[in-house]
Amino acid sequence: MYVLLFLAVPTLIAIGTGFFDNTGAFTLVTVAALGDPVVLTTFFNSFWLSALTAVVGAVVGAAVCYALLGARPDGPLRTTIDSLSGVLAQFGGVMLAFAFVATIGIQGMVTLYLRDTFGLDIFENGVWLYSTTGLILPYIYFQVPLMIITFMPALQALKPQWAEANATLGGSTASYWFRIAFPVLAPSFIGSLLLLFANAFSSYATAAALVSQGSQIVPLQIRAALTSETLLGRENLAGALALGMIVVMAVVMLGYSALQSRAARWQQ
Amino acid sequence: MNSQKLKVQQPTAPTRPGTVVEFVGVVKEFSGMRALDGFNLSLHAGECVALLGPSGSGKTTALRVLAGLESTDAGSITIDGIDVSALATSKRDMGMVFQSYSLFPHLSAGENVEFGLRMRKIKPAERRRRAAASLAMVGLDDHFDRFAHQLSGGQQQRVALARALVTEPRVLLLDEPLSALDAKVRVQLRDEIRRIQTELGITTLFVTHDQDEALAIADRVAVMRAGNIEQVGTPEELYSRPATPFIADFVGLSNRIDGLVRSAWAEVYGTSLALIDPSTPDGPVTVSIRPEDIEFAAEGLAATVVASSFLGSLRRTTVRLGDGTILFLQHGVRVHPRAGESVYVIFTGAPVSTEPVGPASVAQQQY
Amino acid sequence: MTGLTANGVAHAPSRTVRTIILGLIGVIFAVPIVAMIEFTLRAGLVGGYNVDRWVALFQSGFTGVYRPVLVALGNSVALAVGTVLIVLLLLVPTMLLVHIRFPRLRRVLEFTCILPITIPAIVLVVGLAPVYAIVARMLGSGVWTLAFAYGITVLPFAYRAIQSNLDGVDVKTLTEAARTLGAGWGRVLLWVLVPNLRRGILAGAFIVVAVVLGEFTIASLLNRVNLQTALVVVSKVDPYTAVILSLLALAFAFLLLLVIGRLGAPRTRTSRRRTNVKGQA
Repeated sequence: MYVLLFLAVPTLIAIGTGFFDNTGAFTLVTVAALGDPVVLTTFFNSFWLSALTAVVGAVVGAAVCYALLGARPDGPLRTTIDSLSGVLAQFGGVMLAFAFVATIGIQGMVTLYLRDTFGLDIFENGVWLYSTTGLILPYIYFQVPLMIITFMPALQALKPQWAEANATLGGSTASYWFRIAFPVLAPSFIGSLLLLFANAFSSYATAAALVSQGSQIVPLQIRAALTSETLLGRENLAGALALGMIVVMAVVMLGYSALQSRAARWQQ
Repeated sequence: MNSQKLKVQQPTAPTRPGTVVEFVGVVKEFSGMRALDGFNLSLHAGECVALLGPSGSGKTTALRVLAGLESTDAGSITIDGIDVSALATSKRDMGMVFQSYSLFPHLSAGENVEFGLRMRKIKPAERRRRAAASLAMVGLDDHFDRFAHQLSGGQQQRVALARALVTEPRVLLLDEPLSALDAKVRVQLRDEIRRIQTELGITTLFVTHDQDEALAIADRVAVMRAGNIEQVGTPEELYSRPATPFIADFVGLSNRIDGLVRSAWAEVYGTSLALIDPSTPDGPVTVSIRPEDIEFAAEGLAATVVASSFLGSLRRTTVRLGDGTILFLQHGVRVHPRAGESVYVIFTGAPVSTEPVGPASVAQQQY
Repeated sequence: MTGLTANGVAHAPSRTVRTIILGLIGVIFAVPIVAMIEFTLRAGLVGGYNVDRWVALFQSGFTGVYRPVLVALGNSVALAVGTVLIVLLLLVPTMLLVHIRFPRLRRVLEFTCILPITIPAIVLVVGLAPVYAIVARMLGSGVWTLAFAYGITVLPFAYRAIQSNLDGVDVKTLTEAARTLGAGWGRVLLWVLVPNLRRGILAGAFIVVAVVLGEFTIASLLNRVNLQTALVVVSKVDPYTAVILSLLALAFAFLLLLVIGRLGAPRTRTSRRRTNVKGQA
């Protein structure tokens, strides 16, 4: 117990450094850096990247979950997909970056195939893989598996009795989905969506391995701030950025846990 | 409160009496297993029939086939003479209450009850009125706006019953609706279901593995075994004249004793007993004798009392015969045998059911 | 099942629909992996394919250029072991203690253990940097010190794995039974509780290993060398080898998670049997 508390200290420091300058005096100057246009742009980039990949990941992931509904939970199909999802969602990181360099990099398999077969140059307007746009596909690649992991239990918890009750009460398949299944699943779905957003927002490894120059999204800007103290000429910017991230994460995760508890109540 | 007014409007007369249901030679297989094996059963108009049987005997399958939740492989199911085998569940006009809580969790109790009416495109005002009336019928008129997670298990099943009945279905299907409830609530709700069923006069099929429940609630009880009906009759018939030891064992308690059938009489420990089925062929058998059909007497079979327990209105005593056979008897509470006491017991002579000794009887021990 | 679909009641998709969805998404998701394999098989600039790079990597026995990777792998494994030890020695006893003796603290513990999910690793690094400046002064700047940080990042995963097992076992009754039979606390823990929680503890340990082997953020920003940071370094010099090693690492993680899935399987078996009896699923 006691040691656990000790382990939580770094987080407090991270938040704390945002408020103190290097002489140890309390200051809001660094926090004010969050209002800097450059910083705002990176937050904006992180936002739309996370939102877009979360929505795509949630929809595609939910489709996979739906397809898996009939399969036995401990059958080979489910265990394989569960494990694959786990690998891609939690383990991928750096290696996903490599995978996409090999796929749609300048010498990537798909790039070459499209160029040689259809004369289509996907990098006609410049190489976008190493910019924020390039992060979309790799991010979706780990968002979908995460959706499968988090949303599958909710879908699984749909009771067959609900479908049967709907039928005996004279309802159709459409009435089942639109009047029962979707409303019941809504909290779980939106909760998972938030989790995906948080996941993309805080993800660092894939971006770091892919983008070595510049800092288009918040985690990369923290990297820049940590490695070069002089960025924007401000001290402790990393702390301020971290604080900004924590605020965003806290809001998202609070929403997530509120939705989760509602979903749990329904699934008794 | 408008619930007062609603109570007046509550329908007490049979709303749609006289639905007859008939299963003829219904077969249903699940990956090689015959859940229903030429199943025949008729439900008379307004009657409550309980399907009683151990798990895996096919009772739930029979109910689900009638609901249209499972298709049949052979045979026919008719409702008022019309074959419904090919009809979708949603068109069969049945009310069903499930074993586990099946209320839609995102809707209030009232909205749950309204669901079936909404499916029938009934106007909101009437929907609300009828849902409230139906909830009043199960004693929950002040719980209209509660959600499932705010209701107890018993209340949830009441709402489920109201939901099943509000559409005034032709047949009410109850799939072990009480099995998830506490003993006390179970008895309470059981009696209430019986009251409502009788009041509405709705044809009802009630599936259960609990014999007390079946005997208490049904006009007739059908005992199922291996996809077929072993015996069907009134609760009294089933108890006093069980066709087979399986029934005797499943409905009420029975002593199982080795005996011999000779010229239409069963001989047990030197006593000749009448047979329920006089056509039983001669030979060694296992005889089922009810504990109340064995009594203490001044003389008879010598036995030693092993234990005696007080069960409220009666007392059950276990005795051991000289050859080691264990018997149990049921008798009045004023007789109080002590453990170790030497006693004599006799058979009262009520007709008994028998079955041949052999592998078959071993198989039945499992039930 | 068949009856349900025949009457249009089921919410499970038909076999065709399932195959189409899974097939389509499966193929799309296979592309990058296939591309990685294709990439490693390319035979230089002239074109064509061969397995030279794979052979070269294995024959070299990780000497020369690949040596750093081997060192890094060693570091990662050491970190994984260290982190597992921290989890076993700190988390497991704490969870048991809270479960048996201080059930009121359970929510606090749960909150503490799930909290690291909300805190991105990148944020943690910002706070860890000054902490590690002190740690380095006291304990040296060995890679193994990272295990303390990893101990936090894996907390949610380990906690969930163990807790799900804990919920399924009536630890309190088991403990009381063992105590009435005359066992001391030490024996209760080793002979009664640990064997019953073996599955959860193992699953927790495996997931810890998987997470630690895949960790990049903290190691990279604290300038420590582990498998992932080494992969990035190698990829700058020799991208082919980096991709080969990535494939191997992904395959290893996949197997690890499969084993975890298998460990959890006996728990689901009973529920499956129950649904089968009812003829629905």
